Amino acid sequence: MSTTTTAPKKVVEEKATTKPTTSISGSVAVLEAFLAEGVDTIFGYPGGAIMPIYDALYDYQDKLKHILVRHEQGGIHAAQGYARTSGRVGVVFATSGPGATNLVTGLADAMIDSTPVVAITGQVFAHLLGTDAFQETDVINITTPVTKWNYQVTDATEIPAVLAKAFYIAKSGRPGPVLIDITKNAQLQKFDYAGYEKCDHVRSYRAKPNVRKEYIEEAAQLINSAEKPFVLFGQGVILGKAENEFRKFIEKSGIPAAATILGLSALTTDHPLHVGMLGMHGNYGPNVLTNECDVLIAVGMRFDDRVTGRLDKYAKQAKVVHLDIDPAEIDKNVKATVPVWGDCKETLPLLTELVESKVYPQWLQRFRDHQQQEEEACIHAELNPTTEQMTMGEVIKTLNELTKGDAVIVTDVGQHQMVACRYAKFTQSKSNVTSGGLGTMGFALPAAIGAKFGAPERTVVAIIGDGGFQMTLQELGTIMQCGIQVKILILNNQFLGMVRQWQQLFHDRRYSFVDITSPDFVQLAKAYHIEGASISERTGLEGALKKMLEHDGSYLLEVMVGKENNVFPMVPQGCSVAEIRLK
Amino acid sequence: MSKQEFTLTVYTENQIGLLNRIAIIFSRRKINIESLNTSSTEVEGIHRFTIVIHETEEVVKKLSRQIEKQVEVLRAYYNNNEEIVWQEMAMYKVPTDEIAEKVKVERLLRQYGARAVVIRKDYTIFEATGHREETDKLISVLEPYGLLEFVRSGRVAIIKATRGFHEKLKEFEKRQPGEEVVENEFLNRKDEVFSM
Repeated sequence: MSTTTTAPKKVVEEKATTKPTTSISGSVAVLEAFLAEGVDTIFGYPGGAIMPIYDALYDYQDKLKHILVRHEQGGIHAAQGYARTSGRVGVVFATSGPGATNLVTGLADAMIDSTPVVAITGQVFAHLLGTDAFQETDVINITTPVTKWNYQVTDATEIPAVLAKAFYIAKSGRPGPVLIDITKNAQLQKFDYAGYEKCDHVRSYRAKPNVRKEYIEEAAQLINSAEKPFVLFGQGVILGKAENEFRKFIEKSGIPAAATILGLSALTTDHPLHVGMLGMHGNYGPNVLTNECDVLIAVGMRFDDRVTGRLDKYAKQAKVVHLDIDPAEIDKNVKATVPVWGDCKETLPLLTELVESKVYPQWLQRFRDHQQQEEEACIHAELNPTTEQMTMGEVIKTLNELTKGDAVIVTDVGQHQMVACRYAKFTQSKSNVTSGGLGTMGFALPAAIGAKFGAPERTVVAIIGDGGFQMTLQELGTIMQCGIQVKILILNNQFLGMVRQWQQLFHDRRYSFVDITSPDFVQLAKAYHIEGASISERTGLEGALKKMLEHDGSYLLEVMVGKENNVFPMVPQGCSVAEIRLK
Repeated sequence: MSKQEFTLTVYTENQIGLLNRIAIIFSRRKINIESLNTSSTEVEGIHRFTIVIHETEEVVKKLSRQIEKQVEVLRAYYNNNEEIVWQEMAMYKVPTDEIAEKVKVERLLRQYGARAVVIRKDYTIFEATGHREETDKLISVLEPYGLLEFVRSGRVAIIKATRGFHEKLKEFEKRQPGEEVVENEFLNRKDEVFSM
């Protein structure tokens, strides 16, 4: 390839300005940008290359709360949790080298789950770049595949404009993580600061398109002519802050709606048209009837393989209306008959206006019939077990009764996650925080810390398996130090349960390295001055959960559950959604 | 749908790291880039990637949307060979003695559209532009005469149907795109585009 001779331009051209300027350092400029963007909480961990920023932070402690995490991965998961419950941009600091590489899992998680996060990493002095300096890593290139945008700053004058752009890109359009790597010299460098200007436009980036009315009309026609329409909704509804618009749409059109795992709380669980969860461990009706509906309306979801199962047998009979803000999602996995590219906050009301007010009693009854079948085959036994050992389901059921569905439920990854998402009740949006796309074990504990900072008035319950908890349990130290109230509910089946389930079902019960031992979690919590209890008897369940919820402070409750319980229904990998197994 | 040669034309900002961001869209999917060229365009500050890959149209379509999704990419077009005019440039270094004695240089120059760029006592460098087959042919002709070195550029291509990027850029620079700005161009070609 030929190389270009012109120098790359800076992110924003320096403008001729007549504004009065003050001389500040790059570090102060970062913090000023945060204040202008309404940031109130930073999760982070200091280190050599980010020390100038931390030094500046010393003087900003009254305006910016900094939560010292115990590992950078914990920092970014906390920032994600914060973003997910607050609907705002989560912010995380890390130093260069290992600090920055420890962010990678969280960036990948935020990327695939469209979570707005701005990560600031320190970097070695610009003159040392490429010299294998102490704690130097090529952070920009390492994080390129897992960021929506990233940029390295080597000159402090760029900082205000770059941060403005970072926040704008992170939160607009389909949100995502942005990483800004700032060399130490730029953090120290003094420059003439003319104030902060928010970014609302990037030439090469269209956050959201103008809605094409003709496609709304086509979609409405299709919906109006349908006899068995079915709505699938995802996190796009929550990210677009379009919960009301969505509810109005389904209520007017009378169409049954099922959620992806990340979409769950966008519609209250007990809404008569909410027919359950999609996907591998979703509900029976939504999966089976996907292959019977005549018009499938997907709102802010991306047809993940865990939702679709075998793609060439997925909803082949249906015409598909796909509403999404990201054009790259349209036709990526499932071909859209009518693509409606746009922000669902705008497209849904337009669609609602054009759809006829209808009800589909017989069609809805089909969902109820399937629900009944599922109830008899698995739900009843899971929620009202007669086995000696407790089930995860009954723990969630009792939790629902105590919280009345008002709590934020943060889950880790595995069986407990599927059970919690299947049975947890949600009465308001932004209540289900989980690692959906990446499936990051160790997500829940730090994410719950961030979730609580993002929604301090709400009860936050982190439901975690015995395996996942041990991946990021160092964040108990964060909880101890910042005194945040997080309710930690460990569902302990003494196995890496989901892998064990697969080994049982698909690998002839060859339980290869899934037998995991745990420390005494209660003692461990105690070491961090967090109260806790462990129960294994059903009779103590309600009391123990109540104590956990009512305790003034963080609390760890370990519930011993059946070792070899499985999560059903299940769409085995490589099968169509219609081949979902009830046992 | 069978694989064929497609040329992606990507208009971008001139930003460090963007080459990597675009390249990993291919490598992540284990797709080989046959040829890649970057250059400036007729519009100051706007750069242009010309990328050749051998894939099905369905895959290319998805790739171009993933590319266009990148913040610093303004537009990504893909075209088959019928829709573009393209050239590659090649240079051939051969010993001057051999060539002077054994080949009718004149015939070579005429027949293959080659041009002598440098003639020295020890070697001569020819240059030829054209399609892959044409520049390949000249290799086979020169090989018997002691071809010392051969190099070929990436493909540069011009899409027959476009009228440059000036007008497009104005649209991008508008803060509030008006109704007349067609945002979602692929929707207009729905029948062609959405027919997998």
